[in-house]
Amino acid sequence: MDWGFIFTASVSYALGALTVAYCLAAIGLNLQFGYTGLLNFGQAAFLASAGYGMAVMVTTFELSFWVGITVGLLATLALALLLGLPTLRLRADYLAIVTIAAAEVVRLVVRSVKFKETLGGSDGLQQFANRFYELSPLSDGFGINFGPFLFSNQELWVMIVGWSLVALFSLITFLLARSPWGRILKGIREDEDAVRSLGKNVYWYKMQALMLGAMMAGFGGFIIGIFFNAVSPDIYATALTFAIYTILILGGAARVAGPILGAILFGFLFQFVNVTLSEAVNADYITFLDSSQTAQIRLVLVGAGLMLLMIYRPQGILGDRREIALDAR
Amino acid sequence: MPADSADTTDAADTTVAVGETTSRKEVATAALADVAREPGAAKPDPVLVADGIVRRFGGLTAVNVDHVEVQRGAITALIGPNGAGKTTFFNLLTGFDKPDDGTWSFNERPLNGVPPFRVARMGMVRTFQLTKVLSKLTVIENMRLGATGQRGERLFFGLIPPLWRSQERDITARADDLLARFNLDSKRAEFAGSLSGGQRKLLEMARALMVEPELVMLDEPMAGVNPALTQSLLGHVKDLREQGMTVLFVEHDMDMVRDISDWVIVMAQGAVIAEGPPLEVMSDQRVIDAYLGAHHDLSLAEVAAEEGIDAPELLGTHDSTPSPKDAS
Repeated sequence: MDWGFIFTASVSYALGALTVAYCLAAIGLNLQFGYTGLLNFGQAAFLASAGYGMAVMVTTFELSFWVGITVGLLATLALALLLGLPTLRLRADYLAIVTIAAAEVVRLVVRSVKFKETLGGSDGLQQFANRFYELSPLSDGFGINFGPFLFSNQELWVMIVGWSLVALFSLITFLLARSPWGRILKGIREDEDAVRSLGKNVYWYKMQALMLGAMMAGFGGFIIGIFFNAVSPDIYATALTFAIYTILILGGAARVAGPILGAILFGFLFQFVNVTLSEAVNADYITFLDSSQTAQIRLVLVGAGLMLLMIYRPQGILGDRREIALDAR
Repeated sequence: MPADSADTTDAADTTVAVGETTSRKEVATAALADVAREPGAAKPDPVLVADGIVRRFGGLTAVNVDHVEVQRGAITALIGPNGAGKTTFFNLLTGFDKPDDGTWSFNERPLNGVPPFRVARMGMVRTFQLTKVLSKLTVIENMRLGATGQRGERLFFGLIPPLWRSQERDITARADDLLARFNLDSKRAEFAGSLSGGQRKLLEMARALMVEPELVMLDEPMAGVNPALTQSLLGHVKDLREQGMTVLFVEHDMDMVRDISDWVIVMAQGAVIAEGPPLEVMSDQRVIDAYLGAHHDLSLAEVAAEEGIDAPELLGTHDSTPSPKDAS
């Protein structure tokens, strides 16, 4: 068991491109769920629509990378509008049902055989992010060392752009949460009829929160696609949405830094469990598992962790118990 | 002797207040003096007019109001037994529910199909029977939320504090004034969820005033409020009239209705059955019948005799079971 290796692998993952993507999605969800109380269980669909919007434009239609980004964002906003128009009139629990179903619909459509020519079916689409890597100011080479941590040039470039976006969106959230606009969102989370009776157009504010959150999550979708230089439908399954919820609740909903802390901690633990288990299996400390099963075990642990969080600390690490929308007990 | 001087000032204030109360109350009373004491009576200066409002829930007709007018600048009480349709009528008027039929207007502007938030912006603001304070927001944030026309409520303006900060200061000043008037200034920074039931009622009323309404609609403002606070709430409601607002409120407590209202509208089984000044309405036979039942002062045996049925049958008892009277 090489604890040094386990530690560096976990930290690298916790700061890496995938964590950034999850973090962006969690920032969007924080706006929707943390501040406005919208139970959006279809966050994966917003990441998918952005990722696929970009990939289809570049790979299938051979248009420029920037057209891809624009179309990806428009697709995300359009999906939010389409989902929001009928569902934002519903009570919170029904919104959850509709969004989780919609997310599955999106995933099944993009992986369908019918649209294989355009959307790539279950194989997805590849090689659309080359232009992004050409923009990298980092010199060619195998990678850059930070002490014991090694990142490839490509991942480092994704990380720089990604964490900058995290900083930008966190600043936006910070400003909005303190503004009269954010006050209305928090009011809606508490009791939307009361807010209505004070002359606020609740439906429109919920729509704004859904669309803005979806757009932020869309950037998470870009990051995942760019990092793998590929999109495939099964990345965007409901498990992704639940991972994002776990991140948000772990860090603390309705807190600006909640998604950041949550994503880093979640990334660290996720990888730590994985690497530790496979090291232990390789070293024959654990004999009842084989190395292909360790990746599944960590998903089981994510589920168990989410349950324990909801029961014992629904406000997360940074949250204030008196202030959050979650009341599991 | 600071205590004494304080007393004198208080006394002076009260006299002035009483004087004003009388004047505004007199204006309202005088305006309503010649109004016919009948359901749907026309008022000299109505702020709210409703016509043929019908709301059915399946087979049940919850509200069926032919015509009703609410006088501007007066305190009008809407009373009636449980299930009379008062709250449903409130919901219909404020857009929170849609009637199956009917038209209604506020300041002669039709309100059919107008969503609740727009009704509020037009100057007709309501409170709720079950208080809706935003419990995870502080008291002052609850108040600020009530102000309309805030620049910072637009997404892109919200991002740039200098665009809304000065307006926020004005709103906060107004909110603090209201909080002081409602004796909530000490709770300013606390979460609204930590307030007592009565304080929540006060906060909800104060928050409604932040909208600067013309017509305040209070749904059971006294429900669940302890007697000590009732007096202060009553004072606040009267105060609204003094400031030129119109008040329409639903209430069960007859003492309160008698004390503060200028006009009373009585609903029973969805319809308006009587109207008039409080004292006259309360002695109206139709109202007494609606509240207590037409035969409230007869024994069941007498009712049975009147209706020509056997008393035991009416009571649902058999000959073998002794009646309560026998048992005692």
